[in-house]
Amino acid sequence: MSVREGLLALLADGPRNGHQLKVEFEAVTGGVWPLNVGQVYTTLDRLTRDGLVMRARPNGESDTNDKRFELTAEGREELAGWWQLVPANDPPPRDELMLKVLFATTLGRSHALKVITEQRTALLAQLQAHRRAPRTAPDDSAAAAMVRDALIVRAEADLRWLDLCEARLDAPRKGRSR
Amino acid sequence: MTAILEFDDVVKSYGSGTTEVRALRGITLAVAPGEFVAVMGPSGCGKSTLLHLAGALETPSAGTIRVDGRELAALDAAGRSELRRRDVGYVFQRLNLIPALTAIENVMLPLELEGEPARTARARAIEALEAMGLHEQLDRYPDDFSGGQQQRIAIARAVVGERQLLLADEPTGSLDTASGDEVIELIAALPPRHGTAVVLVTHEPRFASWADRVVFLRDGRIVDETPAIAAATR
Repeated sequence: MSVREGLLALLADGPRNGHQLKVEFEAVTGGVWPLNVGQVYTTLDRLTRDGLVMRARPNGESDTNDKRFELTAEGREELAGWWQLVPANDPPPRDELMLKVLFATTLGRSHALKVITEQRTALLAQLQAHRRAPRTAPDDSAAAAMVRDALIVRAEADLRWLDLCEARLDAPRKGRSR
Repeated sequence: MTAILEFDDVVKSYGSGTTEVRALRGITLAVAPGEFVAVMGPSGCGKSTLLHLAGALETPSAGTIRVDGRELAALDAAGRSELRRRDVGYVFQRLNLIPALTAIENVMLPLELEGEPARTARARAIEALEAMGLHEQLDRYPDDFSGGQQQRIAIARAVVGERQLLLADEPTGSLDTASGDEVIELIAALPPRHGTAVVLVTHEPRFASWADRVVFLRDGRIVDETPAIAAATR
């Protein structure tokens, strides 16, 4: 997603000005995506140009003192399409870790295992750091906790994948076929 | 500070000649008092063998193992039994509680075997069970408890009497994820609260990540480990 979709999603809840959008965007994303107000207004300009947002008209009339923006009908339609769009792993899925391990296998089993081991150790250290994060921030938001959950689950998935890679490298040695 | 558990170039082989299988090939590892170490690795890498050796359930083919400075090879059968009763607690994947004893009687057992009077043994068992989050119905039998609760009773039994080292072999293996998380969280609380050192064998990264240090085994050797997390940041 881009800032554009994030702003459309926030405006679905009602008109907001640039500063409100910046603050809410950062809160919703659990602090992992800081924005500056300039970025927000640049995006609002583009959304206005594309007919997806417009200056707020609370009473059906424009008010030059009202700095808030609201969704147009086209904006609501665009947002509805985005909610329905499933994030796709467009082929080829160019994941950095995956590609690193794939290239490592070209240099032999021993080198591949070394790379897998190093990556696994680093991922586990990350997982340890994520695990300890709640203890240092007991009053953090649900959004921050969800971000942390996502990071933990993704690190676990990567670690599981590294285990599978190791098993596949061992399979011919142990006479198994997979 | 003296390590509570030390492996010095430990080798463990099974069989001999052409049928010899080397489960451990020169393991050197030191676990500090109050440290939580997780051991990970693929099936057959030697994780459980390492734990059996640490708990004096098996003897090494070569090398030296010390628990609290005592060399295990120098202990006779009675000495090894005493070590397991007093100093080292063991938790397995299978819930090895005695079904004919209540929860509290299971936990009192190692204390009573050491000759502790029933009254003080009961008080210490209650304390150990409460540290595992079990406060009620302690006079019920193991089958009356859920799998997660039974494992917590087993951990209470393994650490009661201020044992310095807990060896846990896949203690979450028979539990669902939520119960497993609860059990690991309670195990992780033992080092900072009671100074118990923990060695946890697991294949689950989510559980290993609670440890201060994660050691990786492959083909009977330590191939890597995460940097130790200082006690102050636990």
